[in-house]
Amino acid sequence: MADDYPKVDRVMGGPAGWISIAFPAVLFLYFLGLLPQIVTGPQVHGIDWVPSLGIRLSVLLDGLSMTFALLITGIGTAVTLYSARYLGQHPDYPRFVCYLLMFMVGMLGLVLADNMISLFVFWEVTTIASYLLIGFNADSAKSRRSALQALLLTGTGGLVMLGGMIILGNVAGTFELSQILEMGDMVRAHPWYMGILLLFLAGAFTKSAQVPFHFWLPNAMAAPTPVSAYLHSATMVKAGVYLMARMNPALGSTEAWFWILTIFGGITAVLASVMALRQTDIKQTLAYTTLMALGSLTMFIGAGTHYAIVAAMTFLVVHSLYKAALFLMIGIVDHATGTRDATMLRGLRKAMPLTGLAAALAAVSMAGIPPMVGFVGKEFMYKAGLGLDGFGAIWVTAMIFAASAMMFVTGGIVALKPFAGDLAETPTPAHEGPWPMLAGPLVLGGLSLFFGLVPGVLGHYLVGPATHAVEGEVHEVHLYLWGGVNTALILSLLTFLAGWLLYRSHESIRARLIAFEARSPIDFDAGWDRLLDGFKAVAGWQTRLIQTGSLQRYMAVTFASFVVLVGGTYLVKGAFGAGLGLTTASVHPVQWTVLALIAVGSILVVWTHSRMTAVAAMGVVGIGVSLIFIMFSAPDVAITQLLVEVLVVVLVSLAMLRLPYLPRRSKASFRPGHALIAGGVGVVTTFLTISVLGSPFDRRLTTFFEAASYPEAHGRNIVNVILVDFRALDTFGEITVVAMAALAALALLRGTAPRKEEN
Amino acid sequence: MQSLILTTTTRLLAALLLMFSVYALLRGHNLPGGGFIGGLIGATAFILYTIATSEIEARRALRVGPSNIAVVGLGIAGLAGLSAGLAGEPFFTGQWLFLFAEDGGKGLPLSTVLVFDIGVYLAVFGGILTLVFALEEEI
Repeated sequence: MADDYPKVDRVMGGPAGWISIAFPAVLFLYFLGLLPQIVTGPQVHGIDWVPSLGIRLSVLLDGLSMTFALLITGIGTAVTLYSARYLGQHPDYPRFVCYLLMFMVGMLGLVLADNMISLFVFWEVTTIASYLLIGFNADSAKSRRSALQALLLTGTGGLVMLGGMIILGNVAGTFELSQILEMGDMVRAHPWYMGILLLFLAGAFTKSAQVPFHFWLPNAMAAPTPVSAYLHSATMVKAGVYLMARMNPALGSTEAWFWILTIFGGITAVLASVMALRQTDIKQTLAYTTLMALGSLTMFIGAGTHYAIVAAMTFLVVHSLYKAALFLMIGIVDHATGTRDATMLRGLRKAMPLTGLAAALAAVSMAGIPPMVGFVGKEFMYKAGLGLDGFGAIWVTAMIFAASAMMFVTGGIVALKPFAGDLAETPTPAHEGPWPMLAGPLVLGGLSLFFGLVPGVLGHYLVGPATHAVEGEVHEVHLYLWGGVNTALILSLLTFLAGWLLYRSHESIRARLIAFEARSPIDFDAGWDRLLDGFKAVAGWQTRLIQTGSLQRYMAVTFASFVVLVGGTYLVKGAFGAGLGLTTASVHPVQWTVLALIAVGSILVVWTHSRMTAVAAMGVVGIGVSLIFIMFSAPDVAITQLLVEVLVVVLVSLAMLRLPYLPRRSKASFRPGHALIAGGVGVVTTFLTISVLGSPFDRRLTTFFEAASYPEAHGRNIVNVILVDFRALDTFGEITVVAMAALAALALLRGTAPRKEEN
Repeated sequence: MQSLILTTTTRLLAALLLMFSVYALLRGHNLPGGGFIGGLIGATAFILYTIATSEIEARRALRVGPSNIAVVGLGIAGLAGLSAGLAGEPFFTGQWLFLFAEDGGKGLPLSTVLVFDIGVYLAVFGGILTLVFALEEEI
């Protein structure tokens, strides 16, 4: 499937390839250079972005963001190097690189942002970039569906989270995370804490694919393999984990936090492990193990004890290393053999020794077998689970046991089985991958081994500072491979035993799971489709109800709403009495004449059967109104009104000439409904005007404009000064509407009738 | 509809209206007028011409497409607002230049506010004519 496109002759992806590899590599080295400083303490830098809203483009570089930044740029380098060879000859490769780098920048910005609003902006950048990447094979309907699903789910979650951020920002009085994280006790005691927590978790759970939002992640496999590797290891899904870890000092260590995170995380982990066992496509198997890892991370961040956080941070690094390596490895196998079906792959070790080595290193780490770093991670997970109190200890330990045993099995399925035994027939004969594709998995696998042998380095430089950032206080972190014979070790051994037994019978288990799935009524993916169909149905119903397409209906609804809402407010508030004391004694005879003109015009509009007459009569009314403006010395308004009235008559008359001649639909000369609405509008408007006139006039704005108009805006005509200076933005909006309305009308008119032949 | 009287007077009236529209535009900052009113008056001149002759004649007289004028006006208004950024001030802060200013007086005031008003004039002028020409053209 990876090769069915017209190839473009590029060496390593051409310039796009080299740039995309250099970018993360240079950043990686840069962050590596900063590492020793970060170990001693966090750094905050930044510039003001929108100072009036308290939004800053600021950077918080502490152990947690550093760990993520190194993973993003480091694995990013491996992934871009790999893609240059894997996709370098794809016609759309430069576009792909663009999306990938956008994704990388979004993710880096997300983990480095100190301001919650800029964090949100970068959060959405990753959402959009992931949409573009998952849908990269845009001619496949499945691909498009998966991309849209990921976009809608994580995008909605992000918006919900934005709500949480704004509330939290208001509660704390700042959007800077570095300050909010110091106010944990205040935030937790606040009455809105629960709301903030739930809104934040909605964002984190959708992004990190926790149950019940987990289904988008396996579907996201539609993306090209290097994207999957990146999305599953260092980016996207880890964003939610990052958010929970980041917010832990402010929102964590409460009962609600503990139970929501451990329960949802635990269910996600175990459900995902079972689902992983059911898959035949090894890429899908891996996708579900990512879910399992995310569930475990969520569970440990929720547990919140020192060991739990150490376990979470260690496992975060462990998982990124082995998961990226395994995905990249599967890409090589897929490329070389033409299949990813676990039941078809056998005995590849002779044909693909280096790929096999990378797979073995990564899978052994995933299975948690010493001396790999995965074993260190698992030991700390057990230690953390056993260290909890009461039911929490049983729940977390049991979940870890189940999930770890399953990891052992899936490690065997994805890395042992394809390479062991006798070589089986594959669609294309197996051969070793090229070096750019092998480099990443081998280095990542090697790191899994290196960190396993010297866990102290990992503990000192990454896990220690990261734990410090998540806990908000300093504790010594000491990672070790051999902790002596203790409960954790015994549990590990039991895990291996259980895993081994499961692996031996995994094919029959898979068959049963497939059979069970066929009968199970619960299908999240189908549920998603039904949800979308439901939305469409409601939208269709609502559109048919409101947008009938009849101008008459629109007018009736608009004016009736005006009467009911404004008139209703008047009735409820009892404001009809205001201003009734006004007298008519001051009305000049000339003014009476104008009023009579308006009245005659109005009566004519209602009376006449000819639309043309009605339009002209409306013009008379308008001109009468502009005469009144002149009498009360508002020449600007009067001129504008006059011109608009003239133009309206011209435009409506012209428009009428274009309308088809239709026989009258109704013979009735009196329409009670219309009369009621028209009369209602008249009455409500009259009372509105009277009571406005009767209320005391607030001169604050007038005084300001009178005072400021000449000295500050250098103009004596206040109306115009307001239009072009004080409220220039409003005017700009209005002329945009004028221009757009004209263009839209042009398009409509051109669309309805073909233009006459030019001669 | 061809009327000799209308056609003849229109030649004079349209020119007067156009001149008056520019006058209204320029005096707007201190006296009744401004870009919005100026644009409407200017559009009226061409509408009159359209009614007296034809939409094709009016288009020929205008030389540039009215929708282009509207969009260019929008662009001018936007740029006038953005120019405040060059002075490091918020969007749409007026920038002023007083030529030949004697002490106490304001001389010949030139400003981005006037540029903005010209943009408004063009947007309104072009927008209205776009509509009128489109409605007139097939009849």
